[in-house]
Amino acid sequence: MSGDSLIPVLTPAGPYAGSITMLAWLLIAMATAVLAIVIAALWIAFAGSDRLKSRLGGSRTIWIGGIGVPVVILTVLLVYGLSLTRNLTAPVPAETMRVRITGEMWWWRVAYLDETGQAFMIDANELHIPAGRPVLLELESNDVIHSFWVPQLSGKLDMVPGRRNTMPIQADAPGVFSGQCAEYCGGPHALMGFVVIAHEPADFDRMMTERRASRTPVLGTGAELFQRTGCAACHRIAGTKANGTAGPDLTHVGTRRSLGAGILPNNRGTLMGWIGDSQAIKPGNRMPPYKMLSAAELEAIASYLEAQR
Amino acid sequence: MLTAGCEASPGKSQHMAQADAVRGKLAIERAGCGACHDIPGIRWPKGQAGPSLQGFGDQGMIAGRLPNRPDLLAAYVRNAPATLPGTTMPRMPLTPAEARDIAAYLYAASARR
Repeated sequence: MSGDSLIPVLTPAGPYAGSITMLAWLLIAMATAVLAIVIAALWIAFAGSDRLKSRLGGSRTIWIGGIGVPVVILTVLLVYGLSLTRNLTAPVPAETMRVRITGEMWWWRVAYLDETGQAFMIDANELHIPAGRPVLLELESNDVIHSFWVPQLSGKLDMVPGRRNTMPIQADAPGVFSGQCAEYCGGPHALMGFVVIAHEPADFDRMMTERRASRTPVLGTGAELFQRTGCAACHRIAGTKANGTAGPDLTHVGTRRSLGAGILPNNRGTLMGWIGDSQAIKPGNRMPPYKMLSAAELEAIASYLEAQR
Repeated sequence: MLTAGCEASPGKSQHMAQADAVRGKLAIERAGCGACHDIPGIRWPKGQAGPSLQGFGDQGMIAGRLPNRPDLLAAYVRNAPATLPGTTMPRMPLTPAEARDIAAYLYAASARR
């Protein structure tokens, strides 16, 4: 969450990230071996005995060490690497859950898709998945190139305007996995985080049923301020008049673990701070500061948002 | 620098028993206090919705109204509305121990300057 916390990149939590991590370790090991051989060769060149130098100095060394060995090693590595990561491109079962994630400057639009490919639930910056099942992501972009990367669940894949790239992810066990935009996309790119929450399948199904149930709108000062101060022009809350789509959908913002696209914890204080002056937190983001709101008004809007579950 | 020795030692009046400034920093990051405050030693975020806490240990009052004492500060960071009715800062999701750690951090971080 904080600026200092690092996303674990070499501790896979699912089969897709597992094969990539395995390949990464193999490459690291081989690069280490190559480095050791180069250092040894340098040492021989400068300090080795004349006998050793004359034995290794001929064209035979070039043919064997420079061409023969690399061809064999690289061919074996290519075949092994492609078979190891075959699961990344293997077709997923037809009933696999699909989610469309659209990169925006500097947040993520999340749409859960039904069997026909239609979005039945919109969210932002966080993705809920069932543990132990693959989920197919349709990655798109509305503006510039972003790159979707949740290192513990899968690889890194660009989100290119006008294209739809697909990538499967899977978490073997329930947990929370952080992600980050991995392609520089301007201004606050470094503050474009993402969170995946994997649930036990039964809990996941229950959560989705609850979310799809009809909603009773929350009334009061906060609801009124949300309309009156202009929040609703950019943010949507299902079941209310708020229907803006320029900014993140706030229908379920009260259940989110994070604010500002995976960068802040979500509580009354951070909500008030973000609404009051998000520019101080994430400079350049497209939400203006609302310094004209009083403390009571900020708190009313924050408590209204907390009730959006 | 020369006048530094003339100030009352913050270490004496602001000593916090069983509180740990290192844990306090972690609690500040976990709770996201930086969303509203510029806090010494916290690189990001440096929010501006609330007052800066740079040099907070040398400040006389909490929120301009409560004496800056460790017990009151610990109570305030956790449940500001109950400690100082009408204040802007909302209640924060912190345990009493975390609140004491945070108070210790705020004093230690301003004393270190």
